[in-house]
This record gives sequence, structure tokens and C-alpha cells, in this order.
Amino acid sequence: MATQHSRSIARLMIAPATILLLGWMLVPLTMTLYFSFRKYLPLRGGDLGWVGFDNYVRFISSSSFWPAVATTLIIVGGVLFITVVIGILLALLLDQPLWGQGVVRILVIAPFFVMPTVSGLVWKNMFMDPVNGFFAHMWRAFGAEPIQWLSQASLPSLVMIVSWQWLPFATLILLTAIQSLDSEQLEAAEMDGAKPLRRFWHIILPHLARAITVVVLIQTIFLLSIFAEIFVTTAGAFGTKTLTYLIFQRVLESQNVGLGSAGGVYAIILANIVAIFLMRIVGKNLDK
Amino acid sequence: MARAVTPRRKLFNTLLAWAVGMIIFFPIFWIFVLSFKTEGDAISTPLEVLTSAWTLESYAVVQDRSDYFKHFTNSVIIAVGSTLLGVLVAVPAAWSMAFVPSKRTRGILMWMLSTKMLPAVGVLYPIYLLFIEMGLLDSRTGLVIVLMLINLPIIVWMLYTYFREIPVEILEAARMDGASLRSELLYVLTPMAIPGIASTVLLNVILAWNEAFWTLNLTAAKAAPLTAFIASYSSPEGLFYAKLSAASVMAITPILIMGWFSQKQLVRGLTFGAVK
Amino acid sequence: MRFNKLISAAAAATLMASGVAYAETLTIATVNNGDMIRMQGLTDDFTAKTGHKVEWVTLEENVLRQRVTTDITTKGGAFDIMTIGMYETPIWGKNGWLVPLDDLSAEYNAADILPAMSGGLSYNGTMFAAPFYGESSMIMYRADLMKKAGLTMPDAPSWSFIAKAAREMTDRDNDINGICLRGKAGWGEGGAFITAMSNSFGARWFDENWNAQFDSREWSDTLNFFVNMMTDAGPAGYATNGFNENLSLFQQGKCGMWIDATVAASFVTNPKDSTVADKVGFALAPDNGMGVRSNWLWAWALAIPAGTQKEAAAKQFIEWATSNGYIDLVASKEGWANVPPGARTSLYENANYKKVPFAQMTLDSILSADPNNSTVDPSPYVGVQFAAIPEFAGIATEVSQEFSAAYAGQQTVAEALAKAQALTNDAMEAAGYR
Repeated sequence: MATQHSRSIARLMIAPATILLLGWMLVPLTMTLYFSFRKYLPLRGGDLGWVGFDNYVRFISSSSFWPAVATTLIIVGGVLFITVVIGILLALLLDQPLWGQGVVRILVIAPFFVMPTVSGLVWKNMFMDPVNGFFAHMWRAFGAEPIQWLSQASLPSLVMIVSWQWLPFATLILLTAIQSLDSEQLEAAEMDGAKPLRRFWHIILPHLARAITVVVLIQTIFLLSIFAEIFVTTAGAFGTKTLTYLIFQRVLESQNVGLGSAGGVYAIILANIVAIFLMRIVGKNLDK
Repeated sequence: MARAVTPRRKLFNTLLAWAVGMIIFFPIFWIFVLSFKTEGDAISTPLEVLTSAWTLESYAVVQDRSDYFKHFTNSVIIAVGSTLLGVLVAVPAAWSMAFVPSKRTRGILMWMLSTKMLPAVGVLYPIYLLFIEMGLLDSRTGLVIVLMLINLPIIVWMLYTYFREIPVEILEAARMDGASLRSELLYVLTPMAIPGIASTVLLNVILAWNEAFWTLNLTAAKAAPLTAFIASYSSPEGLFYAKLSAASVMAITPILIMGWFSQKQLVRGLTFGAVK
Repeated sequence: MRFNKLISAAAAATLMASGVAYAETLTIATVNNGDMIRMQGLTDDFTAKTGHKVEWVTLEENVLRQRVTTDITTKGGAFDIMTIGMYETPIWGKNGWLVPLDDLSAEYNAADILPAMSGGLSYNGTMFAAPFYGESSMIMYRADLMKKAGLTMPDAPSWSFIAKAAREMTDRDNDINGICLRGKAGWGEGGAFITAMSNSFGARWFDENWNAQFDSREWSDTLNFFVNMMTDAGPAGYATNGFNENLSLFQQGKCGMWIDATVAASFVTNPKDSTVADKVGFALAPDNGMGVRSNWLWAWALAIPAGTQKEAAAKQFIEWATSNGYIDLVASKEGWANVPPGARTSLYENANYKKVPFAQMTLDSILSADPNNSTVDPSPYVGVQFAAIPEFAGIATEVSQEFSAAYAGQQTVAEALAKAQALTNDAMEAAGYR
């Protein structure tokens, strides 16, 4: 379609930027790869030489590795599920005619602007604290024993906090998608006597497939590396140690950069497995 | 696809939507309330919190203890600077990927996104050493560069999806009409790309504003943004709910207001190519 | 570069010697504890005296640790003074990362610093950080509730007495827990408490060959005793309670006893924040008849990273902040109960300070902790509630996470100890000890 002329101009345009871009992004990656093969202990004198695959073996054979992978997947999966399901329901609701739609939309998107650190601190202290937290007060008001959210229900609590942050994002994208749906098509279906549930299942949901794909894809990228929320709430205790958090522990708490870097390489591998998996299942939606 | 409905139905929708909206917004509302209370009142039951006296005490303490304005300025410069720089680098790349796609375009994009999943802490030491070497430690320039890199994949991806929606036919039509490359860029493409670029900028300012790993670990006194400001109020000795609330309010309000005012642009642009 | 540093250091020294004000701006990293925030508020006094300005980087403890460790190991030079503890000081001093503080002025009177503190902040006899305040741990208890339970707290109680008293003081209907202790994960939180407690039970982290000892009967006794007592008499959710959570519980009158840092005494007896200010008694941390008490030893101290160009000014600041003059300054503004405790001998000889109810017990607690001889059986490490080796912080954080999971009922004590044993030996192997 494009002419030869525009093609070559495009090449010219893409070359410097892309090289720069790839170069920039390669810097941390190359460094991680390099350090993953070194014995690098900052508190014991720094870079102590080549150790082959030792770090890789040690990282994966640690008893925390597989639980951390599982925790990561549970958090990502849980948050995706909640944000997509509630996001669709919310988008459907906000699409309905109602008074004060603009204000409601402002209320709904607000959590997206809150720093993860702040949101972690606020949920942990002001809401989930078993003594002075809002929930504890509510529970006591109804005569119930307050739940110890972050120790006894640590993973669900974390999933809840992170979902709260990402729900606005999912809702907004899904809402935009619903609004682009051809209303004539829906009205026709309505006149044909299709029940609301059938309309949702056969018309709305297929239309949303592409939006859901995007929500899942973008959120996965951010969710795989969530850190601040865990750092300020449980600090990795009570089975909330994700792969990212485990790497943090290896690098900063144990001061073993080599081991942490090997973990970083595993994290990228996991990320790419997830990405391929996603692309297989939903990727074709993007090309429609 | 908004359609006419009965008033009763509309009332029901309204009530439901408002209820849900308020539940979602409640935590933010609550820290606003707590920030105007004394420490002692802030830990009492919700009813007592609402009925107790209002005070600006916590804000006074926070203002007295930290230089809010310095942190705020740093946050603004870092967030806006990194975003603009990122857009500058990303526009040509996204442009060519959208208009002259090759078989590898999608692969490159996916790969770019996957580098975002590299845990930042893994490269803390190398980057820190690099920063010392280049004298960038505790400088806003350094943070602008790092945050630009962090968000670059997202920026490229977003711009790519917008650019792809610009029909190639329009370009060809303009070219048929004898438009030069310069005027093609200036009069045909730019106006069509502006909304996409605007929402990319908005989203990335938010992401950069909220970034809390690098902004904390690469700064000391001079370049520390609001994330460092927050770190001095989290879990100190003694009661701290009111002071933490006040500090949180001060840290999130600017971006909240910006987000609300620009929500139309943000919402319109926030599709990542999800809507065709 | 190095030459320049030499010149500027020499210039600064000359200027100082000749008494000319040479204004620097110092960047100081510190923790957001009450005493440090007070110091921050008094900075003007330092600037007025020396002309140097100060920029504070005040961070929450965990963030501070991660921040200063990164900077010191990479010789980043982002800070001129760092606030560090007894754990970091000897390790960093050994690596040559800190400026030795062996040439402080005569009027500063370094000999006045409590030997326990200067000892813990030294490597090979050279002091590398000056204590801003020092602490041990002790029992703080509600005298009224103790009386109500018909018991009398001895000055040096045993664990069995504490367990008994805790159970009798517990009054669930009135929301009173017999005892509040740290269960929160983190080597400086619950990890510090349980390690200090385990010392009195005869447990130790490592034997002389650096083998982990969590499979020993002593550790299992410690943990079982702790969990049983806390289940019967501790607050709900104690697995997430650290210093701050317990402080707030005690101040609200919800604890019968609390064993924690001696610095907490000034908070719980301060009528402004504490509802039980006039009802608090103090006692030494309990023992188990094995000759070792369960109190720890800690200091928050100021150190200068080697290589800073503002060494002279930084030393002036340290002399100001950790001097008797600073103590007098705080006393005149906020009263004797609020001065930074535990650092200087002369403070405990001061007639005004002796009137403070917790002064003597704080000193006795500090004096009864010995970092070089903290365990019943011999151990290869220095430190009471920690082992001063670089790997400890990482290992102990993970171990304390396993313990906290046991406190929360997510695993049994035996499972937690087995995991702790495995991960400690793993990490020690990785570090080349075994």
C-alpha cells in the first residue's frame, strides 16, 4: 500500500529511535544477565568473579522459589479476574442513562491516581488494622471479632488492595468499548425479543473481547512486578512473597546481587511464558 | 448506546451507580477526613471520627517537618520531564511501526513490553553505580532519564495503537493532492495524532508521579519527590494516622485534580487500541 | 579527584582550626523515630553555632536501611551522615567504609559514652559511629492490673512468673491482654525479640561451626513457650504487631505487660499520648534461670561515610547531636524525660535525670546485656538480638517470616523451625561459611 518513497522515509525515521530505544532497554537486561553469572556480594567486597550457573541453580532450588511463583500467579490471576468481571459490570452500569454520570465516573476512576505506596499504607493501617482499622470498628459494631486481614487472609487482602487500584483502568477501557457498540444492533436484538442475558452473551461480550484482551495484557505487565503494595503491607510475610519480592529480598536484604540477578532472568522468562500463553489464548483478538 | 429508559429504571441505575462509586471512592474520602483530625480521634470508631472536632493540626505538623513544596516541584519536573522526553523518543518509532509494519513489528512490541516485567530491584546496584559514575545521583536529570526508560515501552505501545488507527488512505489522498511531506506531517497527521499523544502524556505523567522504587532509591535531599516525602510518615513511633493521612492527601491531591480535570482526554485516549 | 578532596579537607581543617566559619550543607539520612524528629526540629541551634546548614532525609526504618546500604556499598556519597545501628556499624567499619571517630574534641568527652554503647559501635577498638540514643529492652507493666491480679512484680522476674502473671491479668471482656509482644516479621522487629528471648532459653543461632541451631530443643522450647503464652494472654493478631502497634495498644490501656525497647518508657509515661501514664512500672526483662536475661542491646548512631568531602563539618554535627550539650538543650525545651537516653554515663549521674521513673531500670537493662557473650552455649558471633555478619539481616528476615506464619496459625511451630533451619543453612552455605 505504502509507496516506495514513504517506506524509505519510514525506515529513516524508525532507525535512530528504535536503535536508541532497544539500546536503552538492553542496558538493564544485559547488566542483569552479566551479574547473574557473577558472585556479587556488596557487603563482602563487591564483584568476586565468575560462578557459572551457580546463582541460577541456587535461586531455583531455594524452598521459597516455587511458592513465590505460585503466589505471583495467584495475585495476577486474582486481580485480573476481579477487575475484569467487576469492570464489565461497572461499565455496563455506567453506560446506562443516569443522573450525575460525570461525578460517578470521577469517583470510580479516583483510585487509579493514588500512589501504590499510599494505597498500601492506607489500606493496611486505616482499614485492615485489626485494632484501630475501619473494618475492625465495623466488625466490632456488629459484635463480631475483627478479621486479621493481613495475616490470616493475607493473599485475598492483597488481591483486594491491588484490584481496587486497577479497577478504574479496566472499567474505563471496557466502558469506552461498550460505548462504541452499535446501538442499532442492540435495539434490533431487543425487538427480536432477545433476553438481556442473551443480549449480553451474544452481542456485548463478543464485542468486548478485544478490550478485555487489552486490559488483561496491560495489567499483567504491571501486576507481575508489583512491589510497593507488598513492601508496605506484609513485607513478604504470610505467603505473600512474589517472585519480584523474592528478588528484592535476595538483592537488598541478603545483599546478594548475583543471586538476585539470576532471579531477575527467571522473572523475565516467567513473564514471557505468561505473555506467550496470553497471546495464544487472546492474542488473535488484537489482529481483528 | 445510551437509550431512553423509564424514569424508575433511571432512578434505580442512578442510586446503584452512586452507591458503587462511593464505595470505591470511600478510602480516599476517609483519608481526607482523618487528615483533619487529631491523632487521638483518628483511631476512634468511625462515628466518633465524624463527630469529633476538625483541626488543621496534622497539616501544620507536616508542613513544619518537611519541605512539601520542594518535593512537589521535584515530582512535577520528574513526571512531566520524563513523559515529554519519552514521547519525543517514541513518536518516530511508533510512527514507523504503525505505517510501515513488518513481520517483526508485533514481536518487537511484545518484547518491549516484556522488558517492563524485569524487576527493577535486580538492576539497582548496576544502575546506582552508573549514576555515581555519571554524577547523576540525587539529580532530577537522572530520574527523568530512568523514568523515561521505564515507561518507554508503554508510551511506544500506546502511540502505536493510535497511529495505526489513522487511515493510510488519508495520507495517500493528501499526497495525490500534491502535499509535500512537510505539510503532510503538519496539516494532516499531526491534528489526527494530537488526541492520542495527549492521552499518552496524561497516563504517563500519572505513572511517573506514582513510581516509588527508583524515585526513592536514587535520590537523597535535592531531587527527592513526593514518594520520599511519604516514606518519612509511614509507621513512625506513636500514633500516626492523622499525619500519614495529611501527608497522603498532600501527595495525591495534585495528580487527582489533574486526573479529574483531564478525564475526558484520558478516557478517550485510554483504549490501547481496544476499540475499533 | 582524590587530590581535590585532600585539598578541600585540608582547607576545611585549617579553617576550622582558625575558627573561621566555613559554611557547608550537610545531607543527613535518618529514621523517622520521635527522638530524631525532635533533633530535626532543633537543627537551628546547630546552624547558629557552626554556620553549617543541614538537609534532612527522614525515612521509615526499612526504607532507610535499604537506602543507606546501597549508598555505602557503592560509595555513592549521597549522604554526609547516616543514621545506622549496632548491627551495621562493625560490619561497615571492618570494610573501611566509615570515618573513624577517634579524634573527637576533648570537650565532647568520648570517654563519657556508656562502654556498652561505644563497644557495640566499634570495630577492633575504634569507634565508627556515635550513639544518638541507646536502648535495651525491659518489662513495662501496669501496676494497677498487677495489684488487681494479686501479684507483685519482682525487679528481675523469670519467664514462668511472666507467663503466669500474663494469664491472670488477661481480661478479654474488658479488652485487656495480659501481655503484648512483637510477632511482626522482620529481623529488627519480631526477629529481634524472639532472638533475645531465645538467649535466655539457652538457644543460639549458630554453633561454633556456623551450623544453624533451629533443630535444637532450646529453640523449640522458646517458640512453643512464646506461642502458648501469646495464645492465652496476647492480643488478637499479634503476628503483625511490632513496636509501634504494641506501643499504641499499651497507651490505650489494652496491655497488662509489654516487653520492649527501653525508649518506649518515655512514650508510655507521657500523659499527652498515654492513657495509663501514671500506672506504669518497670522491671528487668525475664530470664529462665540459665544466667542470661532476654533483653537486647541496640543504639541508633550517627556515622560518616568514608570519602565525604564534608568530614570536618559532619564531625561537628555528630559532636553537637550526641553531646551532653544537646541533652541539656532538649531537657530545657521538653523536660528531662524526653532527652535521648542510654548513650552517656553522666546522664545517669545527673540528679535531675535520676528523678525520671525509668532511668535506673533503663541503665540496669543496658548494663545487663553483653553482645560478646549473649548465649548460654558458646557462639561464634557478636550481638545479642542479631549476629553481626553481613548475611544475618537477610536470613533473619526470612526466618522471622516463618515464625510469624506460625504465630498466625498458618503452620506449626515445628514446621516453622524446620523451614528456618533449612533456609539458614542454605544461605550460610551460599555465603561460604559451611
